[in-house]
Amino acid sequence: MATQAVKTQSAKTRHNVSMVIIYVLLILIAAVMLVPFVWMLSASLKLNKDVFAFPIEWIPSNPRWRNYVDIWTKIPLLTFIKNSAKLTIIVTLLQLFTSSFAAYAFAKLDFKGKNTLFLGYIATIAVPWQAYMVPQFMMMRSWNLNNTHLAIICLQAFSAFGVFLMKQFYEGVPSELCEAARIDGLSEYGIWARIMLPLSKPALSTLTIITFVNTWNDFLGPLIYLTKTELKTIQIGLRMFISQYSAEYGLIMAASVIALIPVLIVFLALQKYFVQGVATSGLKG
Amino acid sequence: MATKPVAKSEKKPMKKETRNTLIAYSFIAPNFIGFCVFTLVPMAFAIALAFCSWDGVNAIEFVGFQNFIDLVTDSTFLAAFKNTIVYSVAVVPLTLVCALGLAVLLNQPIKGRNFFRTVAFFPYVASLVAVAAVWNMIFSPSMGPVNMILSALGVENLPRWAAGKETAMLTVILFSVWKNMGYYMVMYLAGLQGTNPELEEAAELDGANRWQVFWHITLPQLRPTTFLVIITLTIASFKVYDQMYMITQGGPGNATITLVYYIYNVAFVNTPKYGYASAVAMVLFVLVLIVTIIQFRGSSNDDN
Repeated sequence: MATQAVKTQSAKTRHNVSMVIIYVLLILIAAVMLVPFVWMLSASLKLNKDVFAFPIEWIPSNPRWRNYVDIWTKIPLLTFIKNSAKLTIIVTLLQLFTSSFAAYAFAKLDFKGKNTLFLGYIATIAVPWQAYMVPQFMMMRSWNLNNTHLAIICLQAFSAFGVFLMKQFYEGVPSELCEAARIDGLSEYGIWARIMLPLSKPALSTLTIITFVNTWNDFLGPLIYLTKTELKTIQIGLRMFISQYSAEYGLIMAASVIALIPVLIVFLALQKYFVQGVATSGLKG
Repeated sequence: MATKPVAKSEKKPMKKETRNTLIAYSFIAPNFIGFCVFTLVPMAFAIALAFCSWDGVNAIEFVGFQNFIDLVTDSTFLAAFKNTIVYSVAVVPLTLVCALGLAVLLNQPIKGRNFFRTVAFFPYVASLVAVAAVWNMIFSPSMGPVNMILSALGVENLPRWAAGKETAMLTVILFSVWKNMGYYMVMYLAGLQGTNPELEEAAELDGANRWQVFWHITLPQLRPTTFLVIITLTIASFKVYDQMYMITQGGPGNATITLVYYIYNVAFVNTPKYGYASAVAMVLFVLVLIVTIIQFRGSSNDDN
C-alpha cells in the first residue's frame, strides 16, 4: 500500500513537473511568434526617433495616433486596399463557382473524355507558376492586359487546385442523393445548386479561405502586372512606400498594421475551417 | 436500370448520352477554358521559349540548346542555383523539427491550447510585406533591438544580419522558419489525430519514458505526414523569392539570389531576355519534377 502511494505520488509530481515545462516552453514560443507583431503595433504609435530607443518602451508613454491619420494621405492607402479587396472578392467568387461547377461533373457525371481532361489537371498541378510566368506575362501583354486588374483575375481564378479540392469532397457525397433528385425531375444544374452546394459548405469555406489569403497576400503577380500606382494592391503599394520612405519607421509600421487587419479578421472568424483546410489539402505547395 | 431505355428504341440512348456529355462539358467549361488559356498554353509556350532567344521587340529566334549552354558558365545563375539548394537544405529540416515539436506540444490536453495554436499559425497568414518590414527593423544591424540585446549581453562583433555576406542567408532562413512553421504544425496536428493512443499507453505501462515513446511509437506512426511535409516544404523552398526580395534584395552581392529571383531579374529588369529566363525556369521545373516523382513513388509505396 505504502509503496503504491509513494509511486502514484511520484508519478503525480513527475506529471506536474512536465506540465510546468510544457507551459514554459509554450509561453516562450508564443512570445517568439508574437513579439514581432507587438513590436509592430508599438512602433506604429511612436515618432521615428523613438522607434529604436533601447531599452524598448513597449507601451509608448505618449502614443502618436497621428501616424494612423497621416498614412492615408502620405500614400493612396485607401486605393490600394480597395484594389486588393476588389481583386480578392472577384477571384474568390470565380474560383468557388468554376471549381465547384467543374468538380460536380468530374465527381458525379459520366462522360467521354472525363479521365483525359482530369489528367490534364493532375499533370499540371506540380508545375510551379514561376516556371511559366514569363510566357504568361507576354501573352497577357499581347492582349493589352498588362496593367489591368483583369490580368490578375485571369491568372488566379482558374486553379486546378480548387477543382481538386471540391472533387475530393463531392466524391464523399452519396450518389443516391443525386439519383433520387434526378428521378424527381431535377436537372443536373438543379442538383448542383440545390443539393451539392448546400452540402459542401465545409469545402467551400476551406477554398474561400485559401483563395482569400493567397490573393490578398500575393506579391509577385501584382508586382509583374501592375506598375501604375492607381492599380496597385496593398502588398505592392506597401512595399513601394517602404522603399520610398525607408526611414519613416512609425508610418511604415502603421501601414503594416492596417494591411494585416483584414486577414486577421477573416482568419479569426474562419479559423476552424483554416485548420481543416490545411489538414485536408496537403497537396497545396 | 441501364437496359431500360435500350429496350424502347435504338436511337434514344445514343442521344441521351450525347446530351449528358454536353451537360457535363458545360459544367467543366468555365474552369477548363480559363485553365487552358491561362495555364496550359503558357506552360507549352515556356518549354518552346527555353530554346529561343527573344527580347520582346525583335523576332523570336530559335537557338537550340544555346541558352542551357550559357547557363553553365553564368556565375549569377550558378549562385542562384546554389543558394536555392542551400536555402532548401536548411529550411526543410529546421521547419520540420519546429513544426513537429509544436504539434506534439499542442496536442497535449492543456489549457489555452487553441490560443497557442492560433498564435503559432498566425505568422503564416500575415502579410509577408508587413512582417518582413518588422523583421528588417528588429534585425537592423545598427539600431535593431536584437543587436541591442546582443551588445548589452557583451557580444562584440555584432552580426550584420541581412547586410552581411555570411549572415544574409541565415537571416532569411530564420525568417522563413518563423513565418511558415505554423502551417506545417497544422499538418502534423492532423497526422497526430491518426495515431493510435493505445500503443503509446501500452509502451508507457511497459516503462518507456516520454522520449522513448515519442521516438519509437509516435514518430513511426507519423511517417506518411513527415513524408508529405518534406515534399511540400521542399517544393515551396525551391520556389522561394518574396522573402529575399523584401529582406535582402538578393544581396549582398549575389549572396541570397534564388532561381525565381533570377528568372524575375532576367525577364523583367533591364533588357528582357525572355528565352533565357525560360531556360532558368526549366531548371526550376526539373527540380520540382524530381521531388514530385519521389512523392509519387513514395505515396504509391504507402498504398501497397
